[in-house]
Formats: sequence, C-alpha cells, structure tokens
Amino acid sequence: MTTVAVTRSRPPRRVALGWAFFERQTNLWKRYWAWELVWLLYGVVNTLSITFIANEAAVSGVLSKREVSRLTMFLLIGTLVWAYLSAVLDDMSLTIMWERWEGTIEHTLMAPVPRVIHLVGMSAFGVLHAIIRTSLILAFSLPFFHVQLAGADWVTALAVVFVGSLSVIGLGIMAGILPLLYPERGEQMSFMVQALVLLVSGVYYSVDVLPGWLQAASHVSPATYLLRGIRDALLNGSTVSHEGSTLGVLAIFGAVLVPVSLMTFAAAERWAKKTGRLKRQG
Amino acid sequence: MVVQPGRQRLPLDVEDVSKVFRAKRRKSLVAARGGTQKRRSRAALDHVSFRVPEGEIYGVLGANGSGKSTLVRILSTLLLPDTGAVHIFGYDVVKQPAAVRPLLNRVSVDPSFFKPMSAMENLLFFGRAYGMSGAEVRERSTAVLARLGLSEEHAREPMLHLSRGQQQKVAVARAFLSSPRLMLLDEPTTGLDPRSKREVQSFVSEVRRDSGVTILLTTHDMDEAEALCDRIGFLSGGRLVAEGTPLELRKQVAVSTGRPLEEVDMEAVFLELTGRRIEEDEEEVEEP
Repeated sequence: MTTVAVTRSRPPRRVALGWAFFERQTNLWKRYWAWELVWLLYGVVNTLSITFIANEAAVSGVLSKREVSRLTMFLLIGTLVWAYLSAVLDDMSLTIMWERWEGTIEHTLMAPVPRVIHLVGMSAFGVLHAIIRTSLILAFSLPFFHVQLAGADWVTALAVVFVGSLSVIGLGIMAGILPLLYPERGEQMSFMVQALVLLVSGVYYSVDVLPGWLQAASHVSPATYLLRGIRDALLNGSTVSHEGSTLGVLAIFGAVLVPVSLMTFAAAERWAKKTGRLKRQG
Repeated sequence: MVVQPGRQRLPLDVEDVSKVFRAKRRKSLVAARGGTQKRRSRAALDHVSFRVPEGEIYGVLGANGSGKSTLVRILSTLLLPDTGAVHIFGYDVVKQPAAVRPLLNRVSVDPSFFKPMSAMENLLFFGRAYGMSGAEVRERSTAVLARLGLSEEHAREPMLHLSRGQQQKVAVARAFLSSPRLMLLDEPTTGLDPRSKREVQSFVSEVRRDSGVTILLTTHDMDEAEALCDRIGFLSGGRLVAEGTPLELRKQVAVSTGRPLEEVDMEAVFLELTGRRIEEDEEEVEEP
C-alpha cells in the first residue's frame, strides 16, 4: 500500500459547504413564497383558535380574570412553541424527501460534502426559518389577547429555546432518516413521530393531566422540558439559575440526540446504499 | 489516503463487480404470460470488469435494463456492489467515498434540478457543494452555458421554464463546472432534439480534447458511441459481453459473419455479440 495525498485545487471550506445548503433552502423558500403565506396563515389561525378557548372560559365564568390571563398565556406559549418545533421537524424531515421529489437526490448525495456539514446547513436554515415564522405568528396573534408580560424573564426563555433547539435538531435529523429508509411512506411516518411528541409533551395542557403511562413517555420528550422552561420563564418570571435543572436536561438531550441522530443517519445512508434506495422517486 | 499500488494513475478500474436486486416482472410481460407478479432475484450486474486509462472516452452500450445505470450509480458512490471492487484514481469507491467524490461528476439521463429555482441558483448550489466560491461559479457557469448556446437570460429563468434540451445543457454545465477528472455521462443526449444532441456531443469532445478528462459514457445511441468513444463495452443481462474499439468490434463481426467490413455497422455488431437488438428492453431490475 502506498500513501498519496488527494490533489485538490483548494482546501475544503466547511462553512462554505454548509452555506450551500442554507442558501439553496433560502432560494427554494423564496420561490415557494405562496406556500409560506399559507403556512403562516394556518399558524395564525391555529394559534387564535386554540387560544380563544381561554376567552370561552372567561365568558362562561369558569375561571377568574387572573386565571384566564394565565390560561391565555399558557395556550399561546404552547401553540407558538409547537409552531416552532413542527417547523424545524418539517424542514429536517424534508432533507431527503424534497431531494426525491425534485430528482436531485443522487446529485446532492454524491457531492463531496460531509453528511454532518450537509445536515448542519439544513438545521441552521430550519431553525432560522422556524424562528421567523413563529415570530410572525406571534406578531399577528398578540393583538387579539390581553396578556401580562411584565414579569416575564425573556433571557431565560431565550436560553431555553437556544439550548432546547439542539435536541429539536436531533429529533429533526431522526425524522429525516425515515424517508431515507422508506421512500414511499417515510414522510407519513415522520408525521406520526410529530403527533406522538405533540401528545406527550404538554403542548396544550400540563403533562400532569395525562394517564400515568403517557406521563412516563413525557419524560423522554425534550419538548416537555422546552415547554416547561419557557412557561416558567414567561409565566412565573423564573430566572436562568432557577431553570438550571431544565436547561441541564435539555443540554443532555442535545448532547445525546445530535450525535446519535448523526450516527443513525450515517448507518441508514449505508443501508440505503446497499439496498438501492438512494434514488429519485418517479 | 491509501491507494492500491500501481493504480494511482488509472482513472477507473472495475473489477469483478456484481449487484443483485429482487426483480419485479413487467406487468405487460406478466399479463402476456398469464402469470402472477412475483419477486425474484436477478443480477443487475454480473461479474463486470474493465479498466479505463486517462483521457479515454469509454462507452458502455446496452438496452434499457441491461445494468448501465446500476454501474453508474456504483461508480457515483450511491450504491454498494455485492462483490468486486471499483477504484477511481486508486481510491476504493466503497471504502474511500470522500476521496472519490471530488474527482468525479455526472450527467444523468434526466436533468435533475430544483425546478422552481433558476439555472444559476441551481449551479450556485452544486458549485458550492464542490467547494467553489459564488464568484467562481458565476464566472465559469456563464462561460460554459454560453458555449452550450444558453444566454445569461436563460440562466436567470426558473428551470421549469426551460425546454428539455436547455435543461440538459444546464446539467452538462453543472457536471463540468467542478472540473472533474472522471466524468460519468449516463445517456446525456437521450430525448434531445438533433441540434441539441450535436451541441452536447461537440462540447463533450471539446472538453476532453482541452482538459484530458476521462469519460465513461453510457448510451444506446450507436452513432453517438461510434463518434465519441475510443473503446466500447457491450452490457447485456448485466454482463460485459464484448469490449474493444469500434473498428475492432466491427472487424470481429465482419470476420465471424463473413460480411464486408463496410456493411457491418455498430447495430449489427451489437446484435451479433449480444443476440438482441438494442431497442429491446431487457427485463427491468426493480430496486426497492
């Protein structure tokens, strides 16, 4: 065996390689602007529909005015966090599906881009895309409700979003694996994963109301801790030091889920190469 | 990086490669034979071996379903062979895909692009994925597209608005953008009008002459193969049944059939050596 260096015209530029995917997704986003409007409208309507439940509680006299305000915030945070989570999960689960639809999967996956860089570029776009969409939903929804944000600790809420996003990216990469393994049904399967996360994570209710076995499942969903941390920060003004344990759990989820999802993706890609699944659809 | 001794300079070395898929019978064949649609194993590639030296255009001719695309996908690091080995400039495509990928690029039978994006946006993405800067991509793309008869206005159009021929020219531009040392052309002119076909063929010849790129060309266009290829291999039923220069192959058939050389064209050669016409589709090997 002889050792030789690979001749390359320039050293690999990892940031530039990751930027290729970010820029491409941005260009696609611009071209599909009408769909973005549809999803934004859907997000606003969904947020209003669910949060108006608190107004119903006020009208029927079930809750006091203070309790209504708290329920409004509770539901508003739930819908917004879910809008954020589902946007990231959707974008990541499309990593492979979109390439299959457009027929570019073979050209993209044979390009000399390490898969980690590919997925980091997709994740960066997914997170930014989700932040922009969720912020717009918040901006359009907020005028409909009287919410008390005076005591909210925004720094803690942002810290929870930042740390929690790592585990969301890990979940997203996992969701992206399904269309790699199952070209025909993978996307539907990733929706099932989202549905389970929605059920057990306490998006629209506290996890305490779930049956015992579902409460147990809520402990293994990072979204549970993400929602708990944000609600504590915005409803109770909880500080970063008070949320140390929540942030710690989210950090552990991120530290485990991201590498595990990358390794699983690599194993799935190898299996797809062995069985001939890395090809366009149609 | 470790390469096989003595193979550093060989652009392509395919050695005893096989790939088996579960085959699904074509519905029309099943109906005609009154059978049921059962899956069974069939070799898409059956112990295929050949070598391509630097600067050569090597043609792989075969009917639909003969294993051409399976071969190209193995060379592209997208499919793992069951047996055998493929080395590209000495690097193993299975064990060292990261070393292989910067050295090659590909044109597929279908121009595969993000259709809503413009040609230039697509080229920017694929150029950046091969480590080029935005400025480099724009400069080179404009030159290559112009050589292929596409203007800057075409480059700004969404791919959806371009004709099939124009899209395929953008695909050719994408493939040559990264200055690959080995180019895989998988039926690059199928479905093109005669003028577009000639433009693509002359561009390929020109790039080979100027840059010395090594090319593997799969086609079922006999005239194209004879015009462009230095050597040709015939693939039938997943097996490489004959190999040689176009003239060698014609002479071989002229001698074996006792016909004058000038009456033996490549179609006759293919029929004689494979026992079938190239227009006859072989049984499709359906991957999962």
